[in-house]
Amino acid sequence: MSSPTHIEYREEKGTAVVTPFGEIGYPEAAPFRAQLKQAQDKRTPRLVVDLSNVAFMNTPGLATLVEALQTSRRTNTALVLCGLQDRVRAVFEIARLHTVFKIVGDLPTAMTP
Amino acid sequence: MSTPKPHIHLEMQSNAQYLSGAREMTGSVAKRLGFNDAQCSQISLAVDEALCNIIRHGYKRKPDEPMWMSIWPIDEGGNEDRGPDPFGMKIVIEDVAPQVEPEVIKSRCLDDIRPGGLGVHIIREVMDSVSYEKRSGGVGMRLTMVKHKHSTKVPGQAPVRGNSES
Repeated sequence: MSSPTHIEYREEKGTAVVTPFGEIGYPEAAPFRAQLKQAQDKRTPRLVVDLSNVAFMNTPGLATLVEALQTSRRTNTALVLCGLQDRVRAVFEIARLHTVFKIVGDLPTAMTP
Repeated sequence: MSTPKPHIHLEMQSNAQYLSGAREMTGSVAKRLGFNDAQCSQISLAVDEALCNIIRHGYKRKPDEPMWMSIWPIDEGGNEDRGPDPFGMKIVIEDVAPQVEPEVIKSRCLDDIRPGGLGVHIIREVMDSVSYEKRSGGVGMRLTMVKHKHSTKVPGQAPVRGNSES
């Protein structure tokens, strides 16, 4: 089976960056949600979620990101997703969420206001 | 005519830690049956969502209840195909959770941007045929899903259907 997900966090030039590794399925959604909440509690103007190391995501993972999007709208902060692998991007498209989120190709682009 | 024995039959507990194993096995079998990489991802995603729904909604997160998954390669008529290049794949997932009316298991409207309720939508989008039914004996549900190799269906392109919570 795949390795459990671990999640890294850092701040750079006023931007918070959350970088999960592995898979974001049902068991991983709770720690992912906790990390996103912790990042958003810091109220940086911009939160980037770098998904380039995520090989799989299902609807609990999507739901966690939708919650983060709702928080970002409520607090008037930016949420940017980047680095989606084809398999993960497909899930966003099937759920019609690819037009709801700001999604860019890579981390340097995501870091640019 | 009785249903032929499944080519693969998996029994697992309703422990979310094993979902990755179930979907990887399914994707690997689909690959062996000749589905392309995108289809293998879609099939394993549908299986993951279906098992996830049983754990969350059927068993209310109890981790030690049984779930069964059976797989058959099928021909164009939906019958077992023992040849090297089957037309498609049938997956049946069963549980012993409290029964619900199959009609209430629907996709929800996607215009409402909020977390939750997307699992059934995903399953219906990526598979060619999806049906829920009650198991005999008054307990448990059965989900039957079919995927064809040469399906013209493009997930994410079909009209959004339903307006109920899944």
